[in-house]
Amino acid sequence: MVDEVFFMSTFNSNDTIAAVSTAPGQAGISIIRISGDEAVSVADRIFNKDVSDIPSHTITYGHILDGQEIVDEVLLSVFKAPRSYTAEDIVEINCHGGYYVTEKILSLVLNNGARLADPGEFTKRAFLNGRIDLCEAESVMDIIRSTDESSHKVSMAQLSGRLSDEIRSIREKILHEVAFIEAALDDPEHYTLDDYGKDLLVTVDKIREEVSVLLNTFDEGALIKNGIKTVIVGKPNAGKSSLLNALSKNERAIVTDIPGTTRDVIEQEILLSGIKLILFDTAGIREASDTVEKIGIDRSLSLIDKADLIIYVVDSSTILDENDEKIISCLNGMPVITVLNKTDLNEKTSEDDLKKRIDSALISVSAKNELGLDKLSDEIKKMFFGGSIMEKEDIYITSARHKKCLSDCLNSLNLVKNSIENGMSEDFYSIDLMDAYVSLGHIIGESMEDDLVDKIFSEFCMGK
Amino acid sequence: MEHVEETYDIAVVGAGHAGCEAALASARLGLNTIIFTVSMDSVALMPCNPNVGGTSKGHLVREVDALGGEMGKNIDKTFIQSRMLNTSKGPAVHSLRAQADKAMYSLEMRKTLQNTENLTLRQAEVCEILVEEGKITGVKTFSGATYHASAVVLCTGTYLNARCLYGDVIEQTGPNGLKAATHLTDSLKANGVEMMRFKTGTPARIDRKSIDFSKMEVQHGDERITPFSFTTDPDSVQIPQVDCYLTYTNEKTHEIIRDHINESPMYSGVIEGTGPRYCPSIEDKVVKFADKNRHQLFVEPEGLYNNEMYISGMSSSMPEYVQYEMYHTVAGLENAKIVRNAYAIEYDCIDSNQLYPTLEFKNIKGLYSGGQFNGSSGYEEAAAQGLIAGINAAMHVLKKDEIILDRSDAYIGVLIDDLVTKKNFEPYRMMTSRAEYRLMLRQDNADLRLTRIGHEVGLIDDDRYNSVILKEELIKREIARIKEVRVGASNEINSFLESIGSAPLDKGVSLADLMRRPEISYDMLKDIDPERPDLKADVKEQVEINIKYEGYIERQIKQIEEYKKLESKKIPDIIDYDDVKSLRIEARQKLSKIRPISIGQASRISGVSPADISVLLVYLQSGKYLKKDNE
Repeated sequence: MVDEVFFMSTFNSNDTIAAVSTAPGQAGISIIRISGDEAVSVADRIFNKDVSDIPSHTITYGHILDGQEIVDEVLLSVFKAPRSYTAEDIVEINCHGGYYVTEKILSLVLNNGARLADPGEFTKRAFLNGRIDLCEAESVMDIIRSTDESSHKVSMAQLSGRLSDEIRSIREKILHEVAFIEAALDDPEHYTLDDYGKDLLVTVDKIREEVSVLLNTFDEGALIKNGIKTVIVGKPNAGKSSLLNALSKNERAIVTDIPGTTRDVIEQEILLSGIKLILFDTAGIREASDTVEKIGIDRSLSLIDKADLIIYVVDSSTILDENDEKIISCLNGMPVITVLNKTDLNEKTSEDDLKKRIDSALISVSAKNELGLDKLSDEIKKMFFGGSIMEKEDIYITSARHKKCLSDCLNSLNLVKNSIENGMSEDFYSIDLMDAYVSLGHIIGESMEDDLVDKIFSEFCMGK
Repeated sequence: MEHVEETYDIAVVGAGHAGCEAALASARLGLNTIIFTVSMDSVALMPCNPNVGGTSKGHLVREVDALGGEMGKNIDKTFIQSRMLNTSKGPAVHSLRAQADKAMYSLEMRKTLQNTENLTLRQAEVCEILVEEGKITGVKTFSGATYHASAVVLCTGTYLNARCLYGDVIEQTGPNGLKAATHLTDSLKANGVEMMRFKTGTPARIDRKSIDFSKMEVQHGDERITPFSFTTDPDSVQIPQVDCYLTYTNEKTHEIIRDHINESPMYSGVIEGTGPRYCPSIEDKVVKFADKNRHQLFVEPEGLYNNEMYISGMSSSMPEYVQYEMYHTVAGLENAKIVRNAYAIEYDCIDSNQLYPTLEFKNIKGLYSGGQFNGSSGYEEAAAQGLIAGINAAMHVLKKDEIILDRSDAYIGVLIDDLVTKKNFEPYRMMTSRAEYRLMLRQDNADLRLTRIGHEVGLIDDDRYNSVILKEELIKREIARIKEVRVGASNEINSFLESIGSAPLDKGVSLADLMRRPEISYDMLKDIDPERPDLKADVKEQVEINIKYEGYIERQIKQIEEYKKLESKKIPDIIDYDDVKSLRIEARQKLSKIRPISIGQASRISGVSPADISVLLVYLQSGKYLKKDNE
């Protein structure tokens, strides 16, 4: 059975929907599309300019705000009904393409009055609103089918084994309580609910805590799950590849003393004290003298702009030269950790020399001897995770959809708590407990079916 | 050889709880009706537990009554004890249950049938349904008689190819040793009806004189009895009541059962049918809940002039000698004499997915069915379906719109929707947890929900209808008044609040606001509400519930609005799902089989996903099925 809370959304054709309309993780720019009567007012709540003033079919530069905090600088477009893809009001937010930023903005949109679109729903609306010709019904149905399948895959990929185990275990606890209540309501001469509210309150508080912990992992989770895009820069032979190798402890990059031999961008994921980094080694940054080098440098320069983190490697055994000056001028205002490498050799450049020139975190290491590397992970934690990282490092919420489901669940649990505290009778508890159960089910793709009735009969001996 | 040949508008097969309601509805709507039973002595027989109602089932009885059915009136005439269950819980789960005098229940129902115009009772076994070009034309009995009819309602209960079992004893009979009906199944199969085989069971009946009641807990009826029927004057049912008793099995009982488990046909593999989980045999309970060291038993009288006591909670198919041994271990039953053995019964029923929500067969026009034949269990579930099947058979003959109650209208709607939409693996029993809108589907407001429909159909007369309309108006007015009337934080009010243990006011509020406090009821406020009109108890009850639970009720109303949108999106019956290529194969198969009447029903089919529903909506919008039809 399609459980109804979820399903209602598919049919209710005049509410406001939102989704990321670009493929995840690939494009340089992501587009978040909002469609429906409330599209403008939803966008208005999170944009630093008055969206209702923006003329249709224009592009406006501005900031997405989470309260006072700037989440991203974006380009925003309004397409007024009926001259839009769905024939409804549409707002499109073009943001920077990182997974984290995109999900964060989507989550804000969902918290401000839109709901997540079902697979193919924009196209479905376009069709139902007459924007797509009746002859194309077949292809519309195919789009719904294929986006359903791909979004299912994406959704499963976002779900770590431990997260789904955790969700299952919470659901199990909720269902057990509902089954007990319902068994007692069904067979009151057999099962008593006297004083049950007090026990349930303890359980509900515990479950609320568990759900809140998961919910709070969303911001950190996106980075954890997706990894921090990290670019290592530095002039040729500063020890970038040695650093990469020291961090990843394998021989992926070719390490050599000849300037310019690490020509291709090498991408590698490493786990550094529980933090996932996606590392790009670069061709050495210097004025290119041949074509191959030039390609490498162009690529590395373009990567700097998209990186979440830049590690700038400086060779302490040489003096800072014009290459360093050039790099430093590019790094202004970026998230940088400066690594003073080759502390095993005689020092020609000191930490103080660097501090005068660049405003960034600064550590000294010897990549060759693997000394001082732990300071790097400490700095990254400081920069991205407020200094610490949760212990259950696998359990992170990384998608806005999961976040929405969890906060729906938490709302339902809060209502249960209210019902208990207001002295409502037990049959009222199960209404919201069941909603909480259903919300969690959406995360792991499970609906209600006959779970409750099955549970009642499997755990409680019923009947005449 | 010549055979009898008669013609009726409607033929009802079976005179159990479903058949009686179906036949009465049809006859009362003016249609010439005949009802068949294998034994005239088994009209409205209660071959299992001696009570009517109980959690959620009580709701069904109230709903049957509000629609113009008979069950509520009949139990009001024949009950010997009555209890409102769950009164410490919310109003949605209050449930009425009455112990019946079984013999009187059966007799009273028979009297009602006999005295109903247009209704003929006939003892005969129906062996064949007569079908021409996909339309029902009548039935044929074992004696060869033909009864032509424009519509037929099958309510064969547990009689089709029934066999009763205990130990190695197998009797080819229906319940209570009554004749089984052994021919109709073949005729149904020949007409393309898919059959299933279900199983249920009943406990032993014990001689009252042989029971030591002093070792059991006594359970009295309510002090103030609530009748089932909205037409019964509560004052008329305040009668002396008989007691029921509680006792328990123990380790000794369980040991005997474990020692002899292989002698139970359930466990030796003789029984093929699927049993209900909510009504497990004592063997099942001991095996499945091995950690429980006792099970509760409920000892109920079968009637005033009858020495039999029904041992609820201990149904079994153990051999006779084991039954003696195990019953004798129970406190109070040490010297019990068995009057009737416990037994398991197997019978044929249909896969109810073959029915429309009107309870008409999809592949045979004019053929309807209700009750255990549809794979349900329980007298109340049977009566509810029988009533709907009877009404719709009549509407079919009269060429009027048939009625479908949906999940937000009634428990009856939930029951039928589940039966026709979901895969059913066991005899289906109603439960309050199956009703997602149960806050609105209360037993106290069944009249407000359904009398209008009963009146439209023609089973409720104008007087009864008008009194419900008046009640509705009084409730509405009083709720509005209670919300309007304000009281200030005066000394008078605050000392009143103090006197009833409620916190004082610091600013003015409405009486409705005060009533939302858990400790304050509508009645308590009469002292500070001088303008209060004189209202009947049932009106006051509605005012109270609607004010007290307003927040929850409003939420539920919103959910129902959403639900109704889906139900109102109808799916034309001519759709060929194989033509909708974007549906997943599983969805295509399920939809083809069930042929849901609405997007709402389609969405409740197991294996149909939201994306399938989206695809279906697009397909409907495109109108492609119309083009196909025209080609």
